[in-house]
Amino acid sequence: MINFEYIRTSSAKAAVDAKAKNASAAFIAGGTNLVDLMKKGVTAPQRLIDINALPLKDIRSDAKGLSIGALVPNSVAAENNVVVTKYPLLAMALNAGASAQLRNMATVGGNIMQRTRCPYFYDITMPCNKRQPQSGCGALAGYNRMHAIFGASDKCIAVNPSDMCVALAALNATVMVSGVKREKKIPFADFHRLPGDTPELDNNLQAGDLITSIHIPANRFNKACYLKVRDRLSYAFALVSVAVALEVTDGIIKSASIAMGGVAHKPWRLTEVEKYLIGKTTAVSVFKDAAGIALAGAKTYQHNEFKVKLGKSAIVEALMKATV
Amino acid sequence: MNLLSIIIFLLPPERLNLVHILAFMNTHNKNEGRRDFLKKSTALAALTIASPALVKAGENDERIAALFEKISLKLEINGVAHNLSVEPRVTLLDLLREQLQLTGTKKGCDHGQCGCCTVHVDGKRINSCLSLAVMNEGKKVTTIEGLANGDKLHPMQEAFIKHDGFQCGYCTPGQIMSAVACIKEGHADSAEQVREYMSGNICRCGAYPNIIDAIMEVKKGGQPL
Repeated sequence: MINFEYIRTSSAKAAVDAKAKNASAAFIAGGTNLVDLMKKGVTAPQRLIDINALPLKDIRSDAKGLSIGALVPNSVAAENNVVVTKYPLLAMALNAGASAQLRNMATVGGNIMQRTRCPYFYDITMPCNKRQPQSGCGALAGYNRMHAIFGASDKCIAVNPSDMCVALAALNATVMVSGVKREKKIPFADFHRLPGDTPELDNNLQAGDLITSIHIPANRFNKACYLKVRDRLSYAFALVSVAVALEVTDGIIKSASIAMGGVAHKPWRLTEVEKYLIGKTTAVSVFKDAAGIALAGAKTYQHNEFKVKLGKSAIVEALMKATV
Repeated sequence: MNLLSIIIFLLPPERLNLVHILAFMNTHNKNEGRRDFLKKSTALAALTIASPALVKAGENDERIAALFEKISLKLEINGVAHNLSVEPRVTLLDLLREQLQLTGTKKGCDHGQCGCCTVHVDGKRINSCLSLAVMNEGKKVTTIEGLANGDKLHPMQEAFIKHDGFQCGYCTPGQIMSAVACIKEGHADSAEQVREYMSGNICRCGAYPNIIDAIMEVKKGGQPL
């Protein structure tokens, strides 16, 4: 690992100032992704700003919703009583990610900031526009089995690897951010970005911005399911995943929120499907139609055509599991 | 005492970092053989331990460790307090193995994918290969060496032997540390749950069924399955 300067901060302001001053500085919290990337030589921050001492470890809930501090470990969030009882979709998604050890280390803020697992991004001998702008995309004509079917560009077809973020997208979360000049609230849909011509940017944060917490508004969903399809039963990144939250009364869907993971550069909300489902029954035929709408705009590459059929099946199964 | 030692002795401690010293040596030892140079620079690297950790950085009243500077680190490892000195880039795994000779904790993939390096930090299981040692200031670390009580093995160690929960043994320290935590967390209610919550520990020999038997027996208080 290339050496670096190391600094500990005790306030969010000091952390933000320290990062804004140095373009090659990075925050470190759990380190489960950053240390890995530094060992591989994918990134080499000149300075690490250790934010673990910041007071961002609380989980609070009230009638308006739930706030989770950025430094809450994934395992703690996943087993929090309010999360399990009132926001079960989030608990399911958190437990679907990584391993027990990694969930003890990885923070909620860090989960939102994790980089893609595209093998061309990780292999520094390969071209990758995300790692090194203008170097090309190795995945485009390479082994692209894990890659995007929505929202990609000819510069990058990588996917966001997070499970938690798929649930947060479906739950209309807001990311609370401390910036150099002010505090910001970023709706989850606007947090991550599509690759376009600048795939090196994963999200819309500005220099110095620090995630302090996430907020999930209270909701009326009474059915939920997070379904993750992967190459082994546990401890693997998603081929596709589906987060479903429904409000069902007397067998009729009153409201629906659905997002997919493993298919795009950001969690992929299925707004057309949500509109279609409102007022419908929970019949399998309805779910099959919904899945058809969801995958209608998919664009596949040489090795990931299977994701269309798999995605449809996953949506039907997630809706069935949610409404059992 | 040679000239170099005197210069080092006279330098203020915050100047004592390897970059400066190597730069100095490069300038002043042009005729020296490479072997002599390496010998001396190794000795100098050891001397930098004396440099003050985390000097004040100015307006933010924050503390910075410069490149190559070692930082003091207090850790309690297996019940023993340690005052250590470590570069920021050293992982907890490398600190345990290289500096403290606690080689029971294994380095497998070194990327958080195999679980060989699992230890407990403040009672929680983590991958020590992905944790920078300096980020564990003041914490309590338990490694496989800290599980047994003298000559009496931990029940999980006994159970792994009884159920033949390993073949080559390389993943075993990580499996056992993870297994102890798995039960403590309340994630060992069924074999299915154990499989899920032990998925961060890979066994290339494929001893999984026996590992699960060992864990389930300890969970049931040592009663045979």
